[in-house]
Amino acid sequence: MLKNISIYLSENPTLRYWIVRPEWVAVILLIISIISSIQLSPFFADLAFIMDSATPYVEYGLIAIILTLIIISGEIDLSIASMIALTAVIFGTAYNAGIGMPMSIVIALLSGTLCGLFNGILVTQLQIPSIILTIGTLTLYRGIAQSLASDFSLGGYPSWFIGIDYRYVGIVPIPVIIFTIFAIVVGFFLSSTIYGKQLYLIGTNPQTAKYSGIKVNRIKLSLFTLSGLVCGIAGVLTTSRLAVARFNMATGAELEIVLMVMLGGTYIFGGRGNIFGTFIAFWIVVILRAGLNVARIKIESQLTILGAMLIIAIILTNYIYSKSQK
Amino acid sequence: MTVFDKFLRIRELGIFSIIVVFVIVAAIIDPRFMTIDSWRAVFLAIPLILVMAMGQMMVIICRHVDISIGSILAFSAIVIGLLFIQFPGLSLWLSLLITAFVGLVMGLINGFIVTRFNVHSIIVTLGTLSLYRGLVFIVSGGRQIDRNDIPEHVVSFSQTSFLFSIPAILIFSALIVIVTHLVMRHSVLGREIYATGSNPVAAHLKGINVTKVTLFCFGVCGMLAGVAGLFYASRFGYVNPGVTGVGIEFIVIAGVIIGGTSITGGSGSVLGTFLGILLLGIINVALPVLNIPGEFQKAIYGLIIVVALALDQLIIYRMKKLSGGLNA
Repeated sequence: MLKNISIYLSENPTLRYWIVRPEWVAVILLIISIISSIQLSPFFADLAFIMDSATPYVEYGLIAIILTLIIISGEIDLSIASMIALTAVIFGTAYNAGIGMPMSIVIALLSGTLCGLFNGILVTQLQIPSIILTIGTLTLYRGIAQSLASDFSLGGYPSWFIGIDYRYVGIVPIPVIIFTIFAIVVGFFLSSTIYGKQLYLIGTNPQTAKYSGIKVNRIKLSLFTLSGLVCGIAGVLTTSRLAVARFNMATGAELEIVLMVMLGGTYIFGGRGNIFGTFIAFWIVVILRAGLNVARIKIESQLTILGAMLIIAIILTNYIYSKSQK
Repeated sequence: MTVFDKFLRIRELGIFSIIVVFVIVAAIIDPRFMTIDSWRAVFLAIPLILVMAMGQMMVIICRHVDISIGSILAFSAIVIGLLFIQFPGLSLWLSLLITAFVGLVMGLINGFIVTRFNVHSIIVTLGTLSLYRGLVFIVSGGRQIDRNDIPEHVVSFSQTSFLFSIPAILIFSALIVIVTHLVMRHSVLGREIYATGSNPVAAHLKGINVTKVTLFCFGVCGMLAGVAGLFYASRFGYVNPGVTGVGIEFIVIAGVIIGGTSITGGSGSVLGTFLGILLLGIINVALPVLNIPGEFQKAIYGLIIVVALALDQLIIYRMKKLSGGLNA
């Protein structure tokens, strides 16, 4: 029967285009994880519980959406987690220096933007492969955060700033609303504007893109800068949620962020992928993490499952794309 | 090729002169830096990283990167620590064999996924970095291996030996470095690794089994990280699942890259890598002597990686321009 289906699909390219897509893997995984979680604990049938479990991952989700754009354009940014920590520490240092909350937020966002710009300039001007450069800046930014904050927790923020995850509209926490709106806006940008189409072309074939008059370097530079800016926003959100900023916050977050993008079916070599997949994958990670916590599996042991999922997600996506290209 | 060789030699001269300048400056600022004690500290700090750097260098020459080595180190250290609790009489040679085997298997898993599914090695090893770290917690149950769990003959491995009481760990890592040099420079396999790194497609057409060569590099890299696990247990006398080996991969990569190994594969030497690691070791010991707080160490290492990457890219750019092949 499988053979019949595959023959039928190969005779109908349009149908195949819509059915053989990695995003459906994400949707199926999401459904499976929801059903198995409900079997595990009745709490999962409660939408408010899932919404509450989602808030700690919103910061990662925001970055995963920008990282989707970067990976579609054929690059990658692994310094994201360090940029969260660095901007949070700069924010804390600035606020404790007594320059007021609005200025501190501006400085945090600005420093994130500068970090991203630095990545972007080195990638586009010196042509250093982004995957190895951002491994270097990962160490650098985390190191600067450590030099600034030492081993102290920078706290003492006003009460209106702390606990953004406890503000709700109905049953939906404000961070989840921010994330959803951001995903819709970026998704629209990617699928329906000319800039979005240019990203796909750059990822598919940078040389052709260049010769067709697309400003490849300028677009990549702006993507890396945007990634820095969003990491700045995530840094401030995280500080608001935890009420302190430390140099070692979001350690290892690059695993979860890259996992969200990969589970969403974005092709690691660029040129394919979309925001819808990343959005669904965000909820998979949320439900998976909450489910593992409910099952009382230690946070550290959960790393095994997340790491294995990352590898399986890449292999599966590559397999589906190799099938859909035949 | 002769121009290339000459060029490599100049590159190692560069890092060597940086070391000399750094040592002279440090010695002028504070003469305490030139005492035997601080040099003993330098040479006790590097064997662990040096052994791992040999494997990492092979992987990078082969156009890949393995960032899971810190977790491999932790896993083999935990395994050998748990074995020491069960069998305190476990001989040093047997424990070396066990750690090497554990590391080899984990390295081969990395290599298998990379070669079989053709995915970028950094993404694969980002996954196995967490996977192996999770295994460390599962195997150890989150408990630390304490000083009194590690038998005396293993601890003395990093403190003394039959030869002028030079720590045996140092002699052993020197042996590994020499063997790596011989393999890379004077064996067919070593030349095949360079060929694979410079141009995998051409290497395949030339009849080199690229998959096998890549697997070999990842296997050796894992194996040496496993051996480093035993070094760690011997040198520090404890193994903590949450601390051991975390972030060490970036120090190793920093050392390899500033040693002149090109991240685009195909070039790099054992001597350069040794000098790169030596520079990091000297910086590590010089920081407290120069009154720079330890918190700055990571930032300095990060800066070194980024600067070395930029320099490497500039040199490649210049070389392409010189050979007239620059058209992109």
